[in-house]
Amino acid sequence: MTSAAPGQPAVAGRNLRKRFGNLEVLRGVSLDAHVGDVISILGASGSGKSTLLRCINMLEIPDEGEVLVAGETIRLRTGRDGKRVPVDRAQVDRIRMQLAMVFQNFNLWSHRTVIENVIEAPVHVQKRPRAEAIREAEALLDKVGIADKRNTYPAHLSGGQQQRAAIARALAMHPRVLLFDEPTSALDPELVGEVLRVMRTLAAEGRTMLVVTHELGFAREVSNRVVFLNQGTIEEEGTPAEIFAAPRSERLRQFLARHLSA
Amino acid sequence: MDFAFLRETFVLLLSGLPLTLQLAFVSIAAGAVLAVLLALMRLSGSRWLGALARSYVFVFRGTPLLVQIFLIYYGLGQFPEVRESVAWPFLRQPYWCALLALGLNTAAYSSEIVRGGILSVPFGQVDAARACGMSRALIFRRIVVPQGLRVALPAYGNEIILMTRSTALASVITLMEVTGIASKIISETFRPVEVFVCAGAIYLMLNFAISRVVALVERRLSPQARKRAPAAAAPEPVR
Repeated sequence: MTSAAPGQPAVAGRNLRKRFGNLEVLRGVSLDAHVGDVISILGASGSGKSTLLRCINMLEIPDEGEVLVAGETIRLRTGRDGKRVPVDRAQVDRIRMQLAMVFQNFNLWSHRTVIENVIEAPVHVQKRPRAEAIREAEALLDKVGIADKRNTYPAHLSGGQQQRAAIARALAMHPRVLLFDEPTSALDPELVGEVLRVMRTLAAEGRTMLVVTHELGFAREVSNRVVFLNQGTIEEEGTPAEIFAAPRSERLRQFLARHLSA
Repeated sequence: MDFAFLRETFVLLLSGLPLTLQLAFVSIAAGAVLAVLLALMRLSGSRWLGALARSYVFVFRGTPLLVQIFLIYYGLGQFPEVRESVAWPFLRQPYWCALLALGLNTAAYSSEIVRGGILSVPFGQVDAARACGMSRALIFRRIVVPQGLRVALPAYGNEIILMTRSTALASVITLMEVTGIASKIISETFRPVEVFVCAGAIYLMLNFAISRVVALVERRLSPQARKRAPAAAAPEPVR
């Protein structure tokens, strides 16, 4: 894995468009994340936040626009049915390894223990030696505070523990960028803190993170940039100070008023 | 009760067991391979492959196995093309006709079981595997199969037992498996009750063994449930 050239975004989306049937979810969104950026993506539900994230790692193929990871464009072509498909699935698989994702519903593999979840991709996708992967996985589980749960199956963990295991699984791939898709939205309120603490640690380490979230506190205190999506376009973006202290658009003002009072 | 006759019959019937086992094992194994193919065709997203698999299941599930056996054994020989083909040395033998009918039939039922198993794997877990850069083949092998198998196994165990019993139908095209031998003994002794009781007992023992093996495999495939078991059993039963 080569590091990005100076000034080059770690990941960039250019003019991304996506429609599901008649519903245009993304209407031309461009977003650059440089190394060390922590970008919070805010927006009402249905604004296209999750779709944007899923287009970046090609879990959804954008109808238009392109994604570049460390300068490399993910090559897409238009298939016979008019839908876009990857030119080279192997390229997509290779690039996805650099874009680890943490999901709202954790999505741990329920037939594997916590440590098996963490070493799965390093051993079977990246072909790293098992012993090395296990050593590293133990360190990661220690870091997210669930080292004692290594041999537990996901079903026996709390939501917060599952999400921390999922974060360890994402880190195990040595990704260039971490994608968080509403990582605390499925958690009981008292479990949100433990996950946010881990995410703050990661941000402090200088990791590049794209975080779709409703946690305005996290967006304000941890991220260096905030993007506000509205109806499939970027309505406003800037530093947390600009976004929270001086929102320009009426939409953002309404959004903040609704969420800060709640 | 004529125990001497029962014992003699039992021993005679046991000589048909190897053929019964062979019919069951080979047809189930071949049917399983075809079933996975059919299930993947249904799930491929291709309209043509899906329609082909659906029609196959419709035909083989919608007609009696006995009719299928008769059609293959008596019907195929009507066509000169079949009689002149390389497959004829096989298709003229009742053994291969029975295997073909049993295998094609179980494939239709099993493909639905396999499809259900595959669809039972939560979509988010497949997303997570894709997001890790796993290829389709790797996702199928590492994520979908282990979980789908566990879900499909109870229904599939049923299908195995059903097929083992269905091998009895092979006797109508002259095969001397357990039921075939039973019919022969009856025609010589005119004592159907004792003979069929013996035959039934053999199938019963066979299927008991199969259900134990399936249960064992099910336990092996469910480490989560096994680990949970002691905790669930912990509270003292209330008397």
